[in-house]
Parts: sequence; C-alpha cells; structure tokens
Amino acid sequence: MDFFNRFAVPHPSFLIYGAMVSIAIAMIAVVVGITYFKKWGYLWREWLTTVDHKRIGIMYLIVALLMLFRGGVDAIMMRYQLSMPDNTFLDSQHYNEVFTTHGIVMILFMAMPFITFFFNYLIPLQIGARDVAFPRLNALSFWLFFMGAMLFNMSFVVGGSPDSGWTSYFPLAGNEFSTSVGTNYYMIAIQIAGMGTLMTGINFITTILKMRAPGMKLMKMPMFTWSAFIANVIVVFAFPVLTVLLAMGTMDRLFGTNFFTTDNGGMDMLWANLFWVWGHPEVYILILPAFGLYSEIISTFARRNLYGYKSMVASMVVISIFSFLVWAHHFFTMGQGPLTNSIFSITTMAIAVPTGVKIFNWLFTLWKGKIVFTTPMLYSILFIPLFTLGGVTGVMLAMSAADYQYHNTMFLVAHFHNVIIPGVVYAMIAGLTFYWPKMFGFMLNEKLGKWTAWLLSVGFVLAFIPMYITGLDGQARRMYTYSESTGFSTLNMVSFIGAAIMAVAFALLVYNIYYSIRYASRDIGSDPWDARSLEWATHTPVPEYNFAIIPEVASTEAFWDSKKKGHELFKGKIEKIHMPNNSPLPFIMSCIFFVFGFSMVFSIWPVAIIALIGILACLTYRSFEKDHGRYISVEEIEETEAKLRGAKK
Amino acid sequence: MKVDNSLPLEYSTEENSLKILGFWIFLGAEIMLFATLFTAYFTLENRIGNGPSGAEIFEISPVLVETILLLTSSFVIGLGIHAMRLGNKKAMMIFFSITLLLGAGFLGFEIYEFIHYVHVGATLQTSAFTAILLTTLGTHGLHVTFGLVWGLFILIQIKKRGLTPETANKSFIFSLYWHFLDIIWIFIFSFIYLKGMM
Repeated sequence: MDFFNRFAVPHPSFLIYGAMVSIAIAMIAVVVGITYFKKWGYLWREWLTTVDHKRIGIMYLIVALLMLFRGGVDAIMMRYQLSMPDNTFLDSQHYNEVFTTHGIVMILFMAMPFITFFFNYLIPLQIGARDVAFPRLNALSFWLFFMGAMLFNMSFVVGGSPDSGWTSYFPLAGNEFSTSVGTNYYMIAIQIAGMGTLMTGINFITTILKMRAPGMKLMKMPMFTWSAFIANVIVVFAFPVLTVLLAMGTMDRLFGTNFFTTDNGGMDMLWANLFWVWGHPEVYILILPAFGLYSEIISTFARRNLYGYKSMVASMVVISIFSFLVWAHHFFTMGQGPLTNSIFSITTMAIAVPTGVKIFNWLFTLWKGKIVFTTPMLYSILFIPLFTLGGVTGVMLAMSAADYQYHNTMFLVAHFHNVIIPGVVYAMIAGLTFYWPKMFGFMLNEKLGKWTAWLLSVGFVLAFIPMYITGLDGQARRMYTYSESTGFSTLNMVSFIGAAIMAVAFALLVYNIYYSIRYASRDIGSDPWDARSLEWATHTPVPEYNFAIIPEVASTEAFWDSKKKGHELFKGKIEKIHMPNNSPLPFIMSCIFFVFGFSMVFSIWPVAIIALIGILACLTYRSFEKDHGRYISVEEIEETEAKLRGAKK
Repeated sequence: MKVDNSLPLEYSTEENSLKILGFWIFLGAEIMLFATLFTAYFTLENRIGNGPSGAEIFEISPVLVETILLLTSSFVIGLGIHAMRLGNKKAMMIFFSITLLLGAGFLGFEIYEFIHYVHVGATLQTSAFTAILLTTLGTHGLHVTFGLVWGLFILIQIKKRGLTPETANKSFIFSLYWHFLDIIWIFIFSFIYLKGMM
C-alpha cells in the first residue's frame, strides 16, 4: 500500500472528492459516448493523427476553452473566499493551491493555446500557404502541449496541486517548504508543454519567412501575421530560458542539487531573475498577437486601411526588444539597490511609448471611419479605454520607489488583470467571434455576443477596480483571509459580485455557441464581414489544401483590393497539390511523454527510464521513416471546388 | 517533389530549404539555452559552499585532449560535406565516420573527467558551483551523445539509400549541429576551464 499512498492528495476536502467523482464520470461518459456513436475510427483518422493546421488549430481552441473554465472556477472560488472577512470556505493550503493553479492554467494553458489556435488557423490562410512549414512537427507541438496540460491538471486529484504561486519562487518551492509533489508537477508539466511551444515558434517563423504568397513582401503582410511573427521570435528566444530554469528546478527537487536552496552556495534570487527573464517576454508573447487581432478587426469594421502600418510594425519590434530588458521590475523590493532599480524603472516606462503609438494608430484608424458596431468591434472599442487604464497603472508600478507601496498588494493583481483581460481575453473572444464563420460556416448570434461583451465589461470593472483601492490601502495578494477591522470587506464583496457577473458572461458565451449551432443561418458565403485579407478569399469551409490556386498579392489589403479595385488574386490554372500524410507518431510520442512526466513527478525511476527509451524509439523510427507525402489530383480539386462553389448558392 | 538542380543537393527541394532555415532558428534557441546555462554558471561560479572550487578540480590534460578531438571532428565533418557536394559518397562516409569516432573519443574523455570529479568530491549535490558545472558540461555532453546516435543513423541511411536530396539534407543539418557543439565547446573551454584555472 505504501506505493499507492504517494498518489493520495495531501489536503483532501469535499471539493477535491467532488472533482474526482466528476472527472471520473466525465471520462466514462466520453468513452461510452464515442463507443456508442462508433466515432473511434473517425477520431483517430481525422483528429488524433491529423497534421492539418486547421484541425490542429481547432484542437488548441477546444483545450483553451476547457482551461478557461477550469481557471475560471479557481477564480470564482478565490473571490468567494475573500468576499467576506474570516471566511472558512477554503483553508490556507487550499487557497494557495487555487491561486497557483489559476495563474498557471490561465497563462500557460488558456491564453497560450488560444493564441496558438489563431496562429495555426490563420497564418497559413493569411499568407496564402497550404500548410505550415513542418506539419508533422506542428502536430507534435500540439500533443506535447496537450499532454503537459493534462499532466498539470491531474495534480488536482493525484498527489496534490502546486502551491507556491505561479512564479514558484525558491526557497518556498523547494523540498523543505513545499513537501507535496505539487511543485514537481509544475516543473515537469510546464517543461513538456514548453517544448511544444518552442517547436511552434520555430515552425511559424519558418512558415512566415518562407511560405508567403508571391508578391507578399514582409511589409505587405497582414498585421496579425506580423504580430505573430514577432511573438514567435520572442518564443524562440525566451522559452529556452524556461527550459533551463525548469530543469534546474527539477534537479533541485528530485536530485538534491543546490541551485536555489539557501545552503551550499545556492542562490534563491537566481530563480526569480531567470523566471522573469522568461516571464516578462511571455506576457508580450500573449499581448502582441492580441494587438494583431485588434488591428485586423478595427480596420475591417472601420472600413479603412490600418493607420500607420509601418509604425505598428516598428512599435512591435521595439516592444519585443524591450520585453527582454525589464524583468527586474517584478522584484524592485528584493534588494538590487537604487541604480539597478532605476535602470529597470526607465526601461519599463519606455515600453509605454511604443504601446501608446499603437493605441493612437487604432484611434486614427477609427477617425473618419464608417464604423460598424459588430460584436468583435464592440470588444475592440471597449478594449481601448480599459487597456489604457491598465497601462497607466503599469507605469505607476514601474516607478521603483513608489513600488514599495504597491508591491505584492491587490493593486498589482488589479493591474495585471486589467491588461490581460481587456488586452488578451477580449481579443481572444473578439477574434473567436470574428473567425467563427470562417471555421464553422455560421455566425455567432450578434445580440447575445453584445450582451456578453457588456456583461463581461461591467463584471470586469466591478471585479478589479475595487482591488486598486484595497491594494493601495494595504491588502496583500495571496492572503487567504482578512479580519473585519481592516475594512476591506465591502470592496471585496463588490469584487465577488463582479466576478460572478463575469461568470455569467462566460456562460452566455457558451449558450451563444449552443444557440448559434442550432439556429444560425448557414447561408452566409465565405466573406460575411466584408473583410480585407486573404483568409476570407478562400471557401467556407476551407478545403484541406486552403487555396486551389496560390493567390498573388500586391498590397497589404489583398482581398479588399480584389473586391473593390479589380485586383486579380487567382491567376493560372489548377495543378496537382502536394500534401503531407497523417501520422500517429506525434500522438503516440506525446502519450509516452505523459507517462515519462508522470513517473518523474512521483520519482518512479524504472517507468521513467522505459518511457525515455520509448521516446528515443519514436525518434529513431522517425529518422528512418520514408514519407514523401501525397498528391491531390487536379480532378479531385476541381470536384471539391465545384462543390464548395455550389454550396454557397 | 520539384528538384531544382541548380542548387546543392541539400537545398534542392522546397522542403529541404525549409528544413535548413528551421534548423538555423532551432540553433538560435540552442544559443539561448546555453547562454542561460552560462549566465547561471557565472552567477554561481564562486558560490562553492563547503565544496571545492574550479581551480582545485580542473585538470588541463583531459580537457586539452577533448578540445583537440572535438575541434578536429568539426574540421573533418566540413571535409565530409565538401565530399558530399562533389557527390563522392564513399569519401563522405569515411569523413563522417571519422567525425563520429572523434566524437566518441571526446565523450570517453568527458566521462573520465566526470568520474574524476566525483572522486575528488565534486558531485551534483556538493554545492551550487559543482551543480551548475556538471549541468553545463552535461548538457553539452548529452548533445554530443545525441549527435553520435543521430549521425550514425544518417550514415546508415546514406549507405542504404545513397546521396538523395533527403539524405544530403539530413547530413548538412547534422553538420550544422556538429559545428554548433564545437562552438559551444570553445566557450566552455575558454570561460569555464581557462577562466577557472587562472
């Protein structure tokens, strides 16, 4: 029995047992459902082994939405716990676990796959390509990410969740103070998912540099592609730091090294520094593609070319460089001395300049535009003032002397939610609404969509603005309770109400998807928004080869010009198309990675070694495999094209 | 697959040139990986706790032998790629085999070196300095080990399938990887061993 004791959750409670039961029921329901409808073959052929960037994109989307709700439940539990003084809903250990997993799930397993979904689905379409540069690698990226996410989520019911914050600072995260396997999960699950992200980065840089349609010079790329390119460059330069960091953390926890301990020369601040050398660029990896989406949406619905294209690109390049030069602003109070603090203070404030350039570019795009208030546009309009508010409080936090007042208070929590929610989350929902008809052939309901946007915004303001005030009054973050005499209770209750309204908004989003699946018109053509770039130039649903003929591009608004100025996109005749073959290898290899990760978490060495051999065997198989892809014949393409054209009428 | 005969074999198809660019970007990520290890090394270099310092445990002779072996192997793989461009399969295979043998020699000496460190009481657990030293060297050593197996697979494929756009592409990418490991070793030699012994 000793062997099995390690899998028990160290701090069980009613909630965790409930989760165990519901996870078990859900898994049984899924398996029974797939078997009942005889979908195993379909699932295997069309999804688990696919290398099609559009399908991989949709799988990223599904995971992101699931994780959004998991992280959301964490959030609502925290807000409920703090809504009243001396609340006993969660104990301190449980609260630590909840805020830790909320942070990691939302950043790494919700926001990251959400933007990766947009990379996958949109970039090949926007640049007029048939797939990404390395389709097989793309599938491996997804499955590694997926297995990392699943491994991380398992910590909740097997062995215990990580509990030392999403930053996992040592020595708190060391063996001495974090005795459960939770932090092992953190180190290893994020490592596995991170490898997938790094491969995504390499894949998309190559795709964007080498596979653009003829005529699409770098400065004629759609703005989302530009933002994705820069974000992926940041991925390639930032994620190796995380790889090393997590490897060192793993060794400290599993092999007794002294990198971050407090004796034998270990240095705990090394963790904090390296973490933020990765962590700060990471937030720009999230926000830049969001900026790209807003640029697409705003210029589409203002019916104008994007104002200041060149300055948009330049500002993103500057942001990407600065993102690597500001990391120490996360710990101004941890004793670097005034000179270092001043330097990082200035670099941090300097980021506000290129970001401000972007805000003004959007405003000038709207200026004299014929604005159409669709749901995606509503999100973009709400984004501008709310995000600017978050940016301004960011500049406040950047002042290192004043930061001694704000550091680790709710003020900081309010600030980063204020940039991430209107910045990233709004962009994700706006982009999802915008591209939904491209993916599925029907639009989400506009009325419900606008209700969601307004509810989300009201909820957001109620939930987070009070935190600025309690933060300035001294309410520390990550504290599981407070006493009545602090006077924080009213504002925290307001905050909880706001969080509840946000929960209703997300529920409404789900209802909107359900409602639109049932009732929305399927007769919308391939360009329902009257949009501007190449992804709208192909059919809906997009055929697997994307474009029967590769388009030729002459401006940044290729599709708009073809509609309004008679630019001819598709010249020449259809030729046979080379496509990659599906492969089960990425899925199988990632499953072995899951086993490897799990046995590492619990230090079950024999299994870990066997899994490692399995991974190497997969690599060996891949090295010797002959896979030249396949061709789609001209007749087959013409048949598909005719059918898609017919279906539109 | 379209083959463009005006380009060297390893660049001759679109897929091939994509793979080479992708690998260059991967090497960019690898540079960041080693840069992080070096940063951590320089931070922890003097934090020796109760363990030995670099000056006490470094031995110049095995390190010099390792350096000579690895630098020579990098030159030889260059000759191998040159032979591949000339279409001389046999010469290429010989040069690649020599490269791998030199790499194996390097690895042998490195293992000897590691055993020496453990004997003089510089294990992974001794201090922050020994941990980062062994981690940095070990990461490089693991890369070499991985390269040896990978190179062997490529050799087998060339023997079986001849010089095709595919095998030429793999060999070329492997040579980039091997040169990269050599460059990293130069940094390790200069900034870990020489600096440590001074």
